[in-house]
Amino acid sequence: MEIKMNVISEDKINSMSSTEKLRFILDGVKSGDIVVLEGGLTSEEQMKLIELTMTEVDDDFSGIEMSGYPSKKGFLNIRKKTRLTVVGPAKVMHTTKKDKDLISAIISAI
Amino acid sequence: MNSKRRWKSILTRLRRALLFRKATTKIGIYGPPNAGKTTLTNRIVHTFVDENEDVGTATEVPHETRRAVRRAGVIIDLKAKSLEDPNSDLNSESEVKQKRGKAKLKLDVVDTPGLATKIDFHEFMAYGLEEDEAKKRAKEATEGVIEAIKWLDDIDGIVLLMDSTEDPYTQTNIVIIGNMEARGIPIIIAANKVDLVDASPQRIANAFPQHSVIPISALKGENMVDLYEEMARRFR
Repeated sequence: MEIKMNVISEDKINSMSSTEKLRFILDGVKSGDIVVLEGGLTSEEQMKLIELTMTEVDDDFSGIEMSGYPSKKGFLNIRKKTRLTVVGPAKVMHTTKKDKDLISAIISAI
Repeated sequence: MNSKRRWKSILTRLRRALLFRKATTKIGIYGPPNAGKTTLTNRIVHTFVDENEDVGTATEVPHETRRAVRRAGVIIDLKAKSLEDPNSDLNSESEVKQKRGKAKLKLDVVDTPGLATKIDFHEFMAYGLEEDEAKKRAKEATEGVIEAIKWLDDIDGIVLLMDSTEDPYTQTNIVIIGNMEARGIPIIIAANKVDLVDASPQRIANAFPQHSVIPISALKGENMVDLYEEMARRFR
């Protein structure tokens, strides 16, 4: 079985509203894709994604695996800059190691 | 949008601090499944309210708590507790801690369902549940996660409980901390299960150096005074 990975540019992500962004990610993940977001999601968006995911968990879709680099401090240390977020179906993707600059994940076909 | 929310939160907190302090503080006990949230909540209630009152049932099956439970009117008063009951759990700790145990705080404690990004009913079947029961529990667990997230809008501080024997650097923990920082809500990390041989609270402190990390055993009652002191200091 092939697993598709979609790497989405920051420009594309920034052109969407928060709701569109989350719907776009979850639709991709539910169809079995790994979604990599350049620029990443804020922690508030990640929390909303968890909430949205929970409304759609059923016998076939058990949820998501999500990993990301932590935000960097931005201008004057006030505004935080998000970096990169990877989201995949929990049945396919499993994060094995993670720190502030490294994400190791195993992707396995069902 | 996020910036607006952050400023609104800061202004609300400033107004609250300057004009009227809330009589009661709502504290959420958050964390991943099986971190010991219900055990900690029960420990707090047993110590300061009624030693026979359980807020919830703690078991080894994940997502045992699937509805948030609020226990109102808990008064954490270390000085009174020490005087009233010289044999209490608190007094089994070191004399030094007893002497500085003067923290006092009135709060509502909210025991929340474990936060997770995935819930697979097969995991419950591994604990001996029948398929129908496992699916029902999984459905309730997803609702519990949503409820826990919604409670974040209505609390004044959180104790984020982590299992000291597990890798703390999970996305769920990072997301909770990031959300609290963005809202300007105080957070204490409690590194639970330090009574276990492979516990490493230092690993948690290293992962989140910007936050207070208090090593505890909610089950055995170890180091609870440090946690109560920190709660009184941060959440008052």
